[in-house]
Amino acid sequence: MPVEKLIFYAFAALMLFAAVRVISVRNSVQAVLFLVLTFFCAAVLWMLAEAEFLAITLVLVYVGAVMVLFLFVVMMLDVDYAAMREGFARLLPFGIIVSLMFFGVLFYILRDRFFGPENLPPPPPHGADYSNVEALGEVLYTEYFYPFEIAAVLLLVAMVAAISLTFRGRQQRKGQQVSRQLQAQKSDRLKIVTMASESPRKATPEPAPTDPEEGQS
Amino acid sequence: MITLTDYLIVGALLFSISVAGIIINRKNVITLLMCIELMLLAVNTNFIAFSRYLDDSAGQIFVFFILTVAAAEAAIGLAILVVMFRSLGSIDVAELDELRG
Repeated sequence: MPVEKLIFYAFAALMLFAAVRVISVRNSVQAVLFLVLTFFCAAVLWMLAEAEFLAITLVLVYVGAVMVLFLFVVMMLDVDYAAMREGFARLLPFGIIVSLMFFGVLFYILRDRFFGPENLPPPPPHGADYSNVEALGEVLYTEYFYPFEIAAVLLLVAMVAAISLTFRGRQQRKGQQVSRQLQAQKSDRLKIVTMASESPRKATPEPAPTDPEEGQS
Repeated sequence: MITLTDYLIVGALLFSISVAGIIINRKNVITLLMCIELMLLAVNTNFIAFSRYLDDSAGQIFVFFILTVAAAEAAIGLAILVVMFRSLGSIDVAELDELRG
């Protein structure tokens, strides 16, 4: 057995094991870490298929950014994971049956009869002077330039959406609220009391003027 | 030599596992999101395998865009999850019944 195939089977087995652990482990933090392992193994498989750029992107973007985001959220939320697993044992046989049926149908389509080596033989591997990044960049920035720009805008929209969903506004903000300023009436702020003029101790003839007492409500 | 069928079978197994995960863990939103990520990974593996064996780089371009969309989806999904936890105090899917008629 060539070493390539050996690596493929080892990492495929490890990936499937990690995927099973992702859906079956009790603690969500462990599930995220097993998902990281799954992505690493998938990156190895992609590397074997000569998709080096995407394999590295998978590790950098997925493991480095998305999975860290998952870890942040999982550790930030105080969730009772034991209660979350209620119904696990009841649904387990159902899940296994559906998954086996699903795989059966897929296996019927995907077996060697259609996609075997006699129909689609593996092309010869590229030489050492072949650059996957260069090959991808040549089509990405010419033929697929418009989808590329749309993807950039999509990422911007996603960023704005995620921030605006979770942003609660600054607490104890000192800014003005113009609508409240305009709604203020004179009667809210100013109270004029009429009171009888008091006679001063000294016998001065002129009465004291009524002071408008200013008070804030 | 690694054949195309090997890649496709691995992808199909991964997809089946994530389908089972969605059925089993249907209360926990975080696990559901992770199962969706696994599904996308299986689909991407298929794309890359076909891109290799048909010798056409369009499949890898597709994977590139799927990765972009999946990152956006994960960010917004987790934001929704945080908002949901803030307002409900739980991430149980069964408690998301505010819109019940």
